[in-house]
Amino acid sequence: MNTRKLIVLGLVALVLLAFALGTQVYQRQTQQAQADKVAQETERLVRMHAPVLGPQNAPVTIVEFFDPACETCRAFYPLVKELLQRYPDDVRLVIRYAPLHQGSDQVVRLLEAAKRQGRYWPVLEAVLAAQPLWADHGQPNVELAFEAAAQTGLLDMARVRADAGSEAVTAILQQDIADLTTLGVNKTPTFFVNGRPLSTFGADPLTALVAEEVAKNRTGLEKGKKMSL
Amino acid sequence: MKAPWLWLLAACAMAVCATAGALFLGEVMGMTPCSLCWYQRIFMFPLAIVLPMACYAGDRRGAVYALPLAAGGTLAAIYHTLLLAGIVPKAWVPCGAGASCADQRLLILGGVPIPWLSLAAFLVILGSLALYLKKTSP
Repeated sequence: MNTRKLIVLGLVALVLLAFALGTQVYQRQTQQAQADKVAQETERLVRMHAPVLGPQNAPVTIVEFFDPACETCRAFYPLVKELLQRYPDDVRLVIRYAPLHQGSDQVVRLLEAAKRQGRYWPVLEAVLAAQPLWADHGQPNVELAFEAAAQTGLLDMARVRADAGSEAVTAILQQDIADLTTLGVNKTPTFFVNGRPLSTFGADPLTALVAEEVAKNRTGLEKGKKMSL
Repeated sequence: MKAPWLWLLAACAMAVCATAGALFLGEVMGMTPCSLCWYQRIFMFPLAIVLPMACYAGDRRGAVYALPLAAGGTLAAIYHTLLLAGIVPKAWVPCGAGASCADQRLLILGGVPIPWLSLAAFLVILGSLALYLKKTSP
């Protein structure tokens, strides 16, 4: 192989390497910036109005910025539920809305209206199950989401329609959007486990981070017990 | 430069770096390319494939095929630069609901507008290719 060929290969390899390194550095920086922001404004992670699954006073809190029209959120839902089942006493899930898709805000309104009837989680699951039907990103058909919610048979749909348009629900949407803007959340789902963002996005990093926080908390408790003994 | 091949290498290096840079802005930094940026990408990305191949094989025809791509990209970049400078009226902007092409936030490295970088890259490629072709013309 002559020098010229080596130079071309070297050039391409160098650029690829620079790209990979640059990506790592950039991601680390943005993550650190977000972690700092979250540390400064912890009140923006969990709000009183936010739906909670799991024990209210659980030591580990997963905050999920969630978009009902987002396929990845749909794919992650079973995983997050499994984490809650694995650590029934340690972990709770807090849902915050990030209605980044067209029509998502209407579906968030539907969910919040269902919450007012105490049917939040079954309706959320029905809406997610029907997501491929209503959440075409070009032309979302929000009516189909409402139909899916009605088919659960759990809701007084007239009340749902009234509540969905209420000012209280509008205020929740506005608060969540203000929080996600401040925290720099621009993708869904975005997870924070006890305020810590994922190092890289994925199911395994989420599972690992939750396990780490649970373990941290349990050893903390044991130490506390020994101290009291 | 004595060896004409070095001009081809210069064009190749520029195309590969510009492609990596555009992908970095779009995929890593998450900046949505506007439609004019897309046209420039359409011209630049094939250059990053064709020119290393031409360079590797020392194939003059690769530069011939790359030339129209470089010329097209240069035109798109000139239009975008003029648009950013306000010389082309903004009403002509072919952008819809996506990212705005005249957006002043297209700044990196302490205030260099991205379309300028694109224009510079296309001009370097165009100039290097022209020189290479001239020096190697049979």
